[in-house]
Amino acid sequence: MSGSRERILARVRAALADVPAGERPADVEVPRIDARPAGRGGLDVLVDRLSDYRALVHRVAPEELPGAVAAALRRRGARRVVVPSDLPPRWTGAWADTDSGGTSPAGARVLRDAGTGIAALDAVDGVVTGCAVAIAETGTIVLDCGEAQGRRALTLVPDYHLCVVRADQVVDDVPRAVSLLDPRRPLTWISGPSATSDIELDRVEGVHGPRTLEVLIVG
Amino acid sequence: MSRTFIGMPAFPRAARTATADAQLRHNLRAATRTIRGKRAAAVGELDDWAALRAAGKAVKERTLRHLDRYLEQLEASVTAAGGHVHWAADAAEANRIVADLVQATGHSEVVKVKSMATQEIGLNDALREAGITAYETDLAELIVQLGDDLPSHILVPAIHRDRAEIREIFLRRMAGWGVPAPEGLTDDPRALAEAARVHLREKFLNARVAVSGANFAVAETGTLVVLESEGNGRMCLTLPETLISVVGIEKTIPTWADLDVFLRTLPRSATGERMNPYTSTWTGVTPGDGPQEFHLVLLDNGRTDVLADEVGRQALRCIRCSACLNICPVYERTGGHAYGSVYPGPIGAILTPQLRGTGGEPEASLPYASSLCGACYEVCPVAIDIPEVLVHLRERVASAGGAGHRVEKAAMAAAGWVLGDGRRLGAAQRAAAAARSLVPRRLPGPAGAWTDTRDLPAVPGESFRRWWRDRRVGGADTEAES
Ligand code: SF4
Repeated sequence: MSGSRERILARVRAALADVPAGERPADVEVPRIDARPAGRGGLDVLVDRLSDYRALVHRVAPEELPGAVAAALRRRGARRVVVPSDLPPRWTGAWADTDSGGTSPAGARVLRDAGTGIAALDAVDGVVTGCAVAIAETGTIVLDCGEAQGRRALTLVPDYHLCVVRADQVVDDVPRAVSLLDPRRPLTWISGPSATSDIELDRVEGVHGPRTLEVLIVG
Repeated sequence: MSRTFIGMPAFPRAARTATADAQLRHNLRAATRTIRGKRAAAVGELDDWAALRAAGKAVKERTLRHLDRYLEQLEASVTAAGGHVHWAADAAEANRIVADLVQATGHSEVVKVKSMATQEIGLNDALREAGITAYETDLAELIVQLGDDLPSHILVPAIHRDRAEIREIFLRRMAGWGVPAPEGLTDDPRALAEAARVHLREKFLNARVAVSGANFAVAETGTLVVLESEGNGRMCLTLPETLISVVGIEKTIPTWADLDVFLRTLPRSATGERMNPYTSTWTGVTPGDGPQEFHLVLLDNGRTDVLADEVGRQALRCIRCSACLNICPVYERTGGHAYGSVYPGPIGAILTPQLRGTGGEPEASLPYASSLCGACYEVCPVAIDIPEVLVHLRERVASAGGAGHRVEKAAMAAAGWVLGDGRRLGAAQRAAAAARSLVPRRLPGPAGAWTDTRDLPAVPGESFRRWWRDRRVGGADTEAES
């Protein structure tokens, strides 16, 4: 509808007749928000904020990670989990390195994603991923579909999301995260599990996204 | 048949009906107070709130003053990322574009992410006429849709419904739309949310086409942004093959970096959370992940008229957080339906008459749906001076000749009614106390003409009852339940 395109742009220009012809966008001053000093106990704040959202949070040393993943899956009673195709095999315990995945030390069957159909995703008990960035100030984990994160559907359809956050992925606040992320990738910002407050403002966790978010902070 | 806001009575009559409904008033009062408290705490947590508010205002101001340039940039970025851009001058054109796009996919059902823009243009009705069924997937929107009802709040559209009513609606209507409500459904919010989950899951897993709006559209990168809580947004934005987003031209922001301001102010102003549970951003299409076909429909539908008004233009800065609704003593009394528009409360009172013009009685009465207490301005994260625009619009209505005078008289009666009762006034004053210095006796600029011949309602420095309450030992708050 190129007619409407020209019409709308012409209307916008006519509406802005009061804006001086020589004005550039930069002439409209935007106050700068000072970046906060980095590293104000970011990890502790992150744990606090995640817990506030009723996510389950644990801090583990790097060598404890495989054991912590296995323990979490066991607690959850997960029998079948899906993982991104490039998840480091060590995280879930070295499984048989085949396309169909393998069995984790927790006894859960681990499926490596290879374009798994939605119905199959709906049938698994959970998903294990990494993340791109985590924001302490807001308790937010950001996935950018990069390394160890997989497609967006992976972390959406299963009811349980176990997410591994490396300490060096944690930033203090939102502006820092925005500056690190690549907007050309599809991003998912997760702050606690799915929730609704639509019924008398009573918060109910878990409507459509994973109802349980468990986070392992490594380092 | 779903209902429509068109043909609703003007605000004075609608408000009288709504305030007679004790249940509605009770629900609203409890809800708005809860959100208000949460918002204040979340905002108080940030020590740079004033700077963030100024930055949000300035970013939007920069965009609006150069909107033509940013729209062209947005179009180019989205196209370069593999999306398609369509321009819709009005509601009819937008609806036609969407219906054509859906029909071209060969499917006749779409799942929808809650969106004010698609409500504004009546998209669901238009799709139905084209033989397409649109399923609302936000829990509150689902309640509204199943109940053949209208939304009454920007963020919590079913705020006027309590749990017993919601259970009743689910039991009665779910079966007609898909998976029925489970037998023995109770009114426990958990059980109700679970029923919605099961009902909607079938839709998500089978959906091939989705329709959304967007909170922001980044000109520089072509990135669209949706904030939500439940994950229904993620479902719609991720699982279908085709995604169609209908976005008002004012949702544009210049750069990716500008987004950080709004990601910090919107959730805190809206639901009082540090961050909403889910935010999704996407740029065009990503091979192998998410919809492989993406259409952006840029909607004017009166926005360029708003832009042309130098005083009223600021209404286009609105990021739809709904903080002004939750603080407004008039909204608290009347509820959202009285405003006769998808945009209720103070923002609706200035946006609707500008989008639709003040020729009709409902629109012309809206600028009077306010006590001008200033509380809405105080909480607005992009500092829209709503009282200033209200008075400006009153002047426009009053100067419109015969029809204007008739409307003005009716509307002033409504204002008198809001302010005429001790309890109502008390509510207005409490809300106003923080903002009392913001409302001048005579407005500067063009709106001054209206105040020359009329007194603005006086907003006392401190209400007597507040003064009394604050001085009592222990400060026990026994506000009368009105
Ligand atoms: S006018 Fe301001 S406070 Fe009201 S909804 Fe818009 S942004 Fe929020």
